[in-house]
Amino acid sequence: MQKIAISCEAPSLDASLDPRFGRAAGFLIVDPQTMAFEYRDNGASQAMAQGAGIQAAEIVAAAGAGVVLTGYVGPKAFQALSAVGIKVVQNLDNLTARQALEKYTTGSVGFAKQPNRGRHGA
Amino acid sequence: MKVAVASGKGGTGKTLLSASLFSVWKDPLVVVDLDVEEPNLHLFLNPEISGTRTAELEIPVVDAAKCDYCGKCAQLCQFKAINVLGEVVLTFTEMCHGCGGCLAVCPRGALTSGSRPLGEMRWGRIGSDRFLMGALRVGEAMSPPLMRVVKQKLQGMLSEAAADVIIDAPPGVSCPAVNAVMDSDVIVLVTEPTPFGLHDLRLAHEAFAQLGKPMGVVINRAGLPGSDVDDYCRANHLRVLAKIPFDRRIAETYAAGGVIAEAMGELRPFF
Amino acid sequence: MIEVVVLSGKGGTGKTSLTAAFAHLANGSVICDLDVDAPDLHLLLQPRQMASEPFISGHEARIRAEHCNGCGLCMTLCRFNAIAESDAVPRIDPLRCEGCKTCVALCPSQAIDFNPKQCGQWYLSQTRMGPLVHAQLIPAEENSGRLVALLRQKAKELAQERQLSLVLSDGPPGIGCPVISSLAGASLAVIVSEPTPSGEHDLVRIVDLCDHFQVPVGVIINKADLSVDYHRRIETFCDERTIPLLGSLPFDTVFIEAVVKGRAVTEYVPDGIADDIRRIWAAIEAMAKIGTTV
Repeated sequence: MQKIAISCEAPSLDASLDPRFGRAAGFLIVDPQTMAFEYRDNGASQAMAQGAGIQAAEIVAAAGAGVVLTGYVGPKAFQALSAVGIKVVQNLDNLTARQALEKYTTGSVGFAKQPNRGRHGA
Repeated sequence: MKVAVASGKGGTGKTLLSASLFSVWKDPLVVVDLDVEEPNLHLFLNPEISGTRTAELEIPVVDAAKCDYCGKCAQLCQFKAINVLGEVVLTFTEMCHGCGGCLAVCPRGALTSGSRPLGEMRWGRIGSDRFLMGALRVGEAMSPPLMRVVKQKLQGMLSEAAADVIIDAPPGVSCPAVNAVMDSDVIVLVTEPTPFGLHDLRLAHEAFAQLGKPMGVVINRAGLPGSDVDDYCRANHLRVLAKIPFDRRIAETYAAGGVIAEAMGELRPFF
Repeated sequence: MIEVVVLSGKGGTGKTSLTAAFAHLANGSVICDLDVDAPDLHLLLQPRQMASEPFISGHEARIRAEHCNGCGLCMTLCRFNAIAESDAVPRIDPLRCEGCKTCVALCPSQAIDFNPKQCGQWYLSQTRMGPLVHAQLIPAEENSGRLVALLRQKAKELAQERQLSLVLSDGPPGIGCPVISSLAGASLAVIVSEPTPSGEHDLVRIVDLCDHFQVPVGVIINKADLSVDYHRRIETFCDERTIPLLGSLPFDTVFIEAVVKGRAVTEYVPDGIADDIRRIWAAIEAMAKIGTTV
């Protein structure tokens, strides 16, 4: 099963899911079979004037994730993720990374067909 | 001589002043509207347009056959206009600033030049003088690239026949405004004696002072409550070139598309 | 949460004065001054600063003269005419440098530094009408679009925190990146126009931009009695594009008097034009459904 990237506020499965994809604090990259995970800091994207979402997509892609669990994704980030075949589960909020993972693995959330946010988080 | 007519605050009367200066100027002139986001000068001067051209920005086009996804282009690009994710090159050409860096840095020659339309450039004549303007495509975010193209055209026009230049600049103090005034010899700041006018005059003065060009101020709608603008100018050794009185008739003439210096003879001395 | 942005295309039509009046009439809102280039709203709201942060965005290239070998490659590469010789050494003009990194990457001596740039400062303040989120771009700097986006984000976060359902923003003039940034995803664009050739011309462009970003539009004609002819033309335009006309306001020096006194027009006078503005605000509330959704 593919690795799953979760936009997260801190390097722990019990930390809150960060609803902003492009400017999330970081990403937990989880192997759902072993529940082993690593954390990729997203500071580089946060500092960007424009294209933060694209930078975040690059980080997720470089980590080898096949699925992203997050809240809000802008159109360019969505395009970038889709271009490399990474599937997006969006609209998640107010839960921990662990809870988000459970929702996904139990099949109670589906993949997004289009981004749910405009440019610059609008 | 190149005179740029600028301001911090919008709506102070730059276009009104540019049009009126044009009508009283004695020497050969090229009048340029560099407020490419909202160009208005042509509405008052009614130029006879003899040429138009779509101005374009050079953007990268990827030849997938030659690309080996080394990512050097993406590493360089500060604007995320070109990105490499795994074995996909993704471009967002609307973000491209046209710097040519990716094209220069690609080791495989996999990038060639494409273009993105910036807007339209129009030129022509008003009597024996020449006119030039740019109009940004609606949806194009950046004005400086189009402004650069228009300025290049201006250079071409001046090398054909030398003339003075009046530049109608956009409002504000950031990159579009600075771009419009940076190549001029003199900057005229148009303001109004209101708190907004003074506040924005100060910002404009600070911004453009860095360019080291002589600056003068024209106070429009003089006579309105608030006289701090005079004090500011005096304290900062800014020459007040003229004070156009606050007169409803001026507003009405302007509203009817008239050029003030023409329509209201008594105001000619001001210009 | 509802976001209303007051725009105009053309400068000087009355955005700031009207935004202050709307903030006064609204039943609680987060107020935002998105004209980061030349912000003026604070002159009417007398804010008490609560927090202030630098806005760092983009980079600036700088040549280390001691490591430069004078090859001049940077000068030929730079598309922005930012590099010129000064005392036989190339020098980068910070006002022209676009921060693209091309010279930095290609300098054979690696003699060019690339440093983050502070472009401005943003503020969170308290005013008699509610919280104000505002900023000042350092004169001649760029990245105003990004600063506008940052302010909007902060305003929305604040609205959520304080359980306010409305963000009311004084927008920038023009149609460029700061305007696009203020517009995308907004609930309603209120466009303040004036009946003059420029006012009409610029109205068309800003309306086209709003349509492009699918933001609903309402129009106010300010200084309406300056030209009966152009007033009619603007009405016709709005009709053709099915844009609601929120109202018309006559040219009135009371606007300027209120500014001089540092007050919103609706605070300065009890009736007359203040009543007209109240009616316009009621129309905006109805159109944006303010007060009926949270």
